[in-house]
Amino acid sequence: MLVIEGVQTFYGAVHALKGVDLKVGTGEIVALIGANGAGKSTLLMTICGNPKPRYGRILFDGDDIVGIPTHLLVRRGLAHAPEGRRIFPRMSVVENLRLGAVAADPAHFSSDLERVFGLFPRLKERRDQRGGTLSGGEQQMLAIARALMSRPRVLLLDEPSLGLAPLVVKQIFAIIEEINKRDGVTVLLVEQNAFHALRLAHRGYVLVNGQIAMTGTGQDLLANEQIRSAYLEGGHGR
Amino acid sequence: MEYFLQQLINGVTLGAIYGLIAIGYTMVYGIIGMINFAHGEIYMIGAFIAVICFALLGMLGITWIPLVLIIVLLVSMCLTALYGWTVERIAYRPLRGSFRLAPLISAAQGAKIKPLQPMVRGGFEVMRGETFTVNASYLQVIIVLMTVALMAGFTWLIAATPLGRAQRACEQDRVMASLLGVHTDRTISLTFVLGAILAAVAGVMVTLYYGVVDFYIGFLAGLKAFTAAVLGGIGSLPGAMLGGLLIGLIEAFWSAYFSIEYKDVAVFAILVIVLIFRPTGLLGSPDVEKV
Ligand SMILES: Nc1ncnc2c1ncn2[C@@H]1O[C@H](COP(=O)(O)OP(=O)(O)OP(=O)(O)O)[C@@H](O)[C@H]1O
Ligand SMILES: [Mg+2]
Repeated sequence: MLVIEGVQTFYGAVHALKGVDLKVGTGEIVALIGANGAGKSTLLMTICGNPKPRYGRILFDGDDIVGIPTHLLVRRGLAHAPEGRRIFPRMSVVENLRLGAVAADPAHFSSDLERVFGLFPRLKERRDQRGGTLSGGEQQMLAIARALMSRPRVLLLDEPSLGLAPLVVKQIFAIIEEINKRDGVTVLLVEQNAFHALRLAHRGYVLVNGQIAMTGTGQDLLANEQIRSAYLEGGHGR
Repeated sequence: MEYFLQQLINGVTLGAIYGLIAIGYTMVYGIIGMINFAHGEIYMIGAFIAVICFALLGMLGITWIPLVLIIVLLVSMCLTALYGWTVERIAYRPLRGSFRLAPLISAAQGAKIKPLQPMVRGGFEVMRGETFTVNASYLQVIIVLMTVALMAGFTWLIAATPLGRAQRACEQDRVMASLLGVHTDRTISLTFVLGAILAAVAGVMVTLYYGVVDFYIGFLAGLKAFTAAVLGGIGSLPGAMLGGLLIGLIEAFWSAYFSIEYKDVAVFAILVIVLIFRPTGLLGSPDVEKV
């Protein structure tokens, strides 16, 4: 469904991705783990065309989407809940969700709204509250809900558990699993929380310094000694 | 008392004109964080187009005032909208910096256009005192009503329509807006176009109000509108209106009670004083929603 081949991305002179190959099959949850600065967020943003890769191909449904403007990708079914959540701070919860639905058929709006409120009842209680005043966990729920409003087939999630209490992390991961199982949404999940992510994911990739260092099923990676010492036992990073 | 009331009416009218121009400045700033220095020129172009249209329609023998007004407004709005779009396209988008067209316009300043016949005549008595009668002309009423209507319309547009939501999204986080599918370049272009349309309306109103348009009048009104936007808090729509109104009133009362020569100095002095105590302008605190 999503195939990344030899992608290299630069920020000026900084060589952030040095040839990344990665595949996400239809219906899969794929975890991408790696230390701080490995280039995980850069890879997700590169898929969305901001920044554009200098070399390589990104195939979505078989079409090369490199060079397609960012705002058109969501219409093809690719949604991104980026790093830092990026909630519109001076807009209400509902307005944030309306923006999530910019690319969707307006006729679906109210039923989609009920659907995400069903997933995140907390957001329904806070529907008129400004995004900037939500708690971190609520903002993360809103970021995911907003991405779902476009009815994506592939959802890119960048560190959805960052800074959240363990209980909220559990809820968020349960919901990711639910939208994958129930709605068949394909997920590419970037996480520092490697343990949770690999348990949830069908497959995983480890990104080191802008290159894929290892790949395998979630179980295999969880059992791998190197991964355990680098990403699990010591907590984060190296 | 009657004299006071008359100045109030004059001041509100002037303030409405400044406010109209100021909304354009403030809206563009609120969304892309840049001052559109071409706005003053766009509004001047609106005024010149209006004069040309009035003359052409007069030659064609179209004299029914409401029709003339509507045609002139539409033509100026369309042409300045096109101009605003072009400015954004060729100047702002690639350079993302300020761009001035003043030299171009000042080249045209020799083209001082001779006074128009007053288009909208008449008015009514508001109040008759012993020595002084307070009058409001129909034109003043039209200007104020038009401004109030446009103000309300733009407030609604920004608060409740998809375009307005996209504009606010661009202001708050442009990258996120594009990830969600907002065509951010087009949204910004449309913001320039809307600003230009407002400027055109203001240009037509100035032309009607002063009966003459030259570079100096236009330039000064543009400068005062910019002052109004800053005074009210740049980026804030109600602030632009408030700033325009205040400047209109200060100008009218200063000319009436002190000296007409120093009215412009008074306006800019007030701006300096306000900015010393409130650097973000009257309504422009960081908490206030921009645009
Ligand atoms: N806008 C930018 N300009 C310049 N360099 C950047 C930019 N964004 C990221 N980088 C650099 O690119 C590299 C990869 O950054 P990226 O944000 O993709 O890492 P990450 O794996 O997401 O890390 P984290 O886990 O901390 O989020 C880093 O060295 C970073 O400094
Ligand atoms: Mg990151």
